[in-house]
Amino acid sequence: MLLIRCPYCDESRPEIEFRHAGEAHIVRSDKMADLTPDEFERYFFLRDNRKGDVYERWRHIHGCGRFLNAVRNTVTDRFLMTYKAGEPRPALPDPQAQAAATEGNGQ
Amino acid sequence: MRKYSIFAIAREAMRGHKGWDRQWSSPEPRSSYDVVIVGAGGHGLGTAYYLAKEHGIKNIAVIEKGWLGGGNTGRNTTIIRSNYLYDESAGLYNHALNLWENLSQELNYNVMYSARGVMMLQHNVHDVQSAKRHIHANRLNGIDNEWLEPDAAKAFCPPLNISSSARYPVMGAALQRRGGVARHDAVAWGYARAAADMGVHIIQNCEVTGIRRGANGDVTGVDTARGFIGAKKVGVVAAGHTSVLMDMAGIRMPLESFPLQALVSEPVKPIFPCVVMSNTVHAYISQSDKGELVIGAGTDQYTSYSQTGGLHIIQHTLDAICEMFPIFSRMKMLRSWGGIVDVTPDRSPILAKTPVKGLYVNCGWGTGGFKATPGSAHVFAHTIANDAPHKINEGFTLERFRTGRLIDEAAAAAVAH
Repeated sequence: MLLIRCPYCDESRPEIEFRHAGEAHIVRSDKMADLTPDEFERYFFLRDNRKGDVYERWRHIHGCGRFLNAVRNTVTDRFLMTYKAGEPRPALPDPQAQAAATEGNGQ
Repeated sequence: MRKYSIFAIAREAMRGHKGWDRQWSSPEPRSSYDVVIVGAGGHGLGTAYYLAKEHGIKNIAVIEKGWLGGGNTGRNTTIIRSNYLYDESAGLYNHALNLWENLSQELNYNVMYSARGVMMLQHNVHDVQSAKRHIHANRLNGIDNEWLEPDAAKAFCPPLNISSSARYPVMGAALQRRGGVARHDAVAWGYARAAADMGVHIIQNCEVTGIRRGANGDVTGVDTARGFIGAKKVGVVAAGHTSVLMDMAGIRMPLESFPLQALVSEPVKPIFPCVVMSNTVHAYISQSDKGELVIGAGTDQYTSYSQTGGLHIIQHTLDAICEMFPIFSRMKMLRSWGGIVDVTPDRSPILAKTPVKGLYVNCGWGTGGFKATPGSAHVFAHTIANDAPHKINEGFTLERFRTGRLIDEAAAAAVAH
């Protein structure tokens, strides 16, 4: 089970308190009715599904109930960071800093 | 290839079993092939087999990152059924079921297909209505499926608890008698042996690192751990890693990859005569010929390539198993494992041409691709050979997510499958 840090509650809580909510930073158009089929497919169906670091949404459904974003590695399942919904997409930390941070928090 | 038969066994028994051949060879790759299949699971090897046997294309390589049959082919719970709601799915899965029935004879390899019946339990009024709708739809499509009242379900599967005091009482079941199980490894091995016998190259431990396209955009071959291998046509049959491979050709897929777990118990004497599934409490169970109870869990909620999942998912499934079959509450579980399944938005597979000429994709089988192996391979081989889909898979396109012509089994079953 994953341990997820909620940026609102500022606590690390078990995965069963959260609901995964798919890829993050997919912007819903203001004019949905005007989208072409290609644009709608891109928005609604196509996903990066990357092997590596991904941006994703979670919802702290059995906690504060709010949506948050996370950066997680889909090979190790390790979270690199979580941040509040609406904040801009952060740059990925460089791998060395990442390794040092991981050692530091003893995960 | 020497034919397997009772006479071969007798002959080898007389001489200390020293005369058995290797089932397939491990050749050096050629510089180019007519068709390269990426992924040596059941679907990929089967595709090569049907290309060679039915379409006369024998200059084929099946390239595999790990070992043959080591992905989801070797990780699933081996359930076979065809009782899907929509016409397109019914056609595809029943095509597979028809091929399963004669597969051992066709491949001269015992795939141990056992039509012991798949019984899907229904626990509430909505379940019952939905199951009966499935049964009627199936029968209109010529697929066997019948309704059992709780007593009849108990008679078909004696360990079942039909007490009305159960947390989720059994209100009936849908039974497909032609459904059952097969030996998953044997399916990959049987196709590999039969394909290799017709000259197909099976190249294991050779990861594909790139899909090359020429100046006009057409596929020209694949980069691999053992260098560039040219190909006129490339078929990607890579299950959970399909998005990664298709990204190499510049195609973004309507797929997400999730971990799916399964587990087996300690082996016991024959106790469980059929396959039982429950979508509502989410559990699948059957007994292997070795005696292990084979139990399937649900997917984890997050995307991952880790081939492992959370223990709470397994616990949830075992809760359901113990509630339905109290007799198993003290069984010890022996092993659990995970595989990575590629799930489409409508929970139906994609078996199709792609926008890139010469590139074909067979993916999106989600949590239930094993049952379709022979049918999927058969129609995918047709699609590659003719550069056009077989009538059976013409609806399973990549374009359906643009046109909206979905095959929405997700809505039909309310679970991934």
